[in-house]
Amino acid sequence: MSIRRFALAALAGLSLCAAAQAQTLLLNVSYDPTRELYREYNAAFNKHWQAEGHDPVTIQQSHGGSGKQARAVIDGLKADVVTLALAGDIDELYKLGKLIPEDWQSRLPQSSTPYTSTIVFLVRKGNPKGIKDWGDLVKPGVEVITPNPKTSGGARWNFLAAWAWAQKQYGSEDKARVYVEQLYKQVPVLDTGARGSTITFVNNNIGDVLLAWENEAFLALKEQGGENFEIVVPSVSILAEPPVAVVDKNVDRKGSREVATAYLNYLYSEEGQRIAARNFYRPRNEKVAAEFAKQFPSLELVTIDTEFGGWKTAQPKLFKDGGVFDQIYKVR
Amino acid sequence: MSRRISPVIPGFGLTLGYTLVYLSLLVLIPLGAMFVHASQLTWLQFWEVVSAPRVLAALKLSFGTALAAALLNGVIGTLLAWVLVRYPFPGRKVIDAMIDLPFALPTAVAGIALTALYAPAGAVGQLAGEFGLKIAYTPLGIALALTFVTLPFVVRTLQPVLADIPREVEEAAACLGASPWQTFRHVLLPALLPAWLTGFGLAFARGIGEYGSVIFIAGNMPGKTEILPLLIMVKLDQYDYTGATSIGVMMLVVSFALLLPLNLLQRRIATP
Repeated sequence: MSIRRFALAALAGLSLCAAAQAQTLLLNVSYDPTRELYREYNAAFNKHWQAEGHDPVTIQQSHGGSGKQARAVIDGLKADVVTLALAGDIDELYKLGKLIPEDWQSRLPQSSTPYTSTIVFLVRKGNPKGIKDWGDLVKPGVEVITPNPKTSGGARWNFLAAWAWAQKQYGSEDKARVYVEQLYKQVPVLDTGARGSTITFVNNNIGDVLLAWENEAFLALKEQGGENFEIVVPSVSILAEPPVAVVDKNVDRKGSREVATAYLNYLYSEEGQRIAARNFYRPRNEKVAAEFAKQFPSLELVTIDTEFGGWKTAQPKLFKDGGVFDQIYKVR
Repeated sequence: MSRRISPVIPGFGLTLGYTLVYLSLLVLIPLGAMFVHASQLTWLQFWEVVSAPRVLAALKLSFGTALAAALLNGVIGTLLAWVLVRYPFPGRKVIDAMIDLPFALPTAVAGIALTALYAPAGAVGQLAGEFGLKIAYTPLGIALALTFVTLPFVVRTLQPVLADIPREVEEAAACLGASPWQTFRHVLLPALLPAWLTGFGLAFARGIGEYGSVIFIAGNMPGKTEILPLLIMVKLDQYDYTGATSIGVMMLVVSFALLLPLNLLQRRIATP
């Protein structure tokens, strides 16, 4: 008897689940450091969405390395929207999966990047090695922690930021290359992802300086033990632009285009921008940016488009097999 | 009297069919797909991928450290199994249960814990540093992580075999005037060797492909501490599916070439 009752209850539970499934379900496939940002944003969006007279929407988040996440979507993960670390990864959704049109990046304002970030240094309290700018990183005895650009989106921004500074400083690409080579000679450990590098630097106490996403550096300060570190802002860095996109093929099949589009558009609203800023991403909206001006130090930010000719040029030249990064680590 | 014992599971046809379908879905088709995917390349292209200096360096590292770990576990695992089977002591059940922990623990957690302990700033790493020894971020650290995750293989394959050897056998040998070494060499070792080889082979094979626990302690410097599975990840992260599967196929072939003789050897010893 009791087993039968249990079975009935289980069935009832299942059908309830099915009913809940019928409600709109949105899957946001993102990269690692946006976990906190989207947790806050999802709640705010849901409120806004319902205030507009819609049914509540259940939003699921998925996080991981940017490249791995893009691959999961190409291989069939039914993401409604992707919010990844680099445009290069979303490009692959078009190139390999034909899930989105080629001009996806022009569909939303600011090349589909509602918030930006940059690369800064995290050093140990009191800055014992006196690190102020990129040039100090190649001084003898300074150990630099950065993840592997082959496996980490953040690490690619690190690489580009260092290169951009050196190009400005020394005025030629060859010299920039020499600088970057020297920089990677001072790297004792190449982790596979940005979080791994943060653990190496913060928890395992390796290295003198961590090249990190600005939001990740702020987060490290906020965490327990954050009083042992400080942020150093270099004179020049790169404007890291993590883009977002609706995955056309998936939303059309699921009938979720309207809510998916609204979800991304709301990122550009004042509230969306404020949530981004509260989670240490630089807002695009100038009014909101002014509100948070104190939080984000100003520095010269170059973009990948003007300095490197966009991802389509930079990716094969620097990071592809046999590219500049591989030449630095040439195995003889 | 000689009534045929009918098997518990009915129907040879059904049973074999089930076995084949199950094996195909789980093992044969995925592995076959890897070969199919890699076959998009010509032999020359395939050879270029797998014979790149960086791949060879990683190959040497992965197989070398896995071998070292399997050998170390072959010695220490045997000792552990011996102690656990032969000597009753307080807390034996608890220690016995702990042997399985490396299997139960997510390997990444193990990797992070080992790195924290053996990194230059960690408790053991600091001590080793005073003797000029670097453990984390060197091949030594990789071998250490592999030793940790493959420990249960040798212990668990030896335990039941050891438990099956009656103590009287040793006593008999002693009565006949055998020294402890002779007893071990001529009485125990032949009985243990097949199981030992199985444990060793499993530990070795697992170590070659291990990713999660190694990746944190390895340091991942190309050509120095870059393991083969990481190289596969690197290729995948560049959407180079064929390159990644090529390395995968090579690992599979090399592993099989090593495991097959081991298996044959073990069979020969087991059936003299």
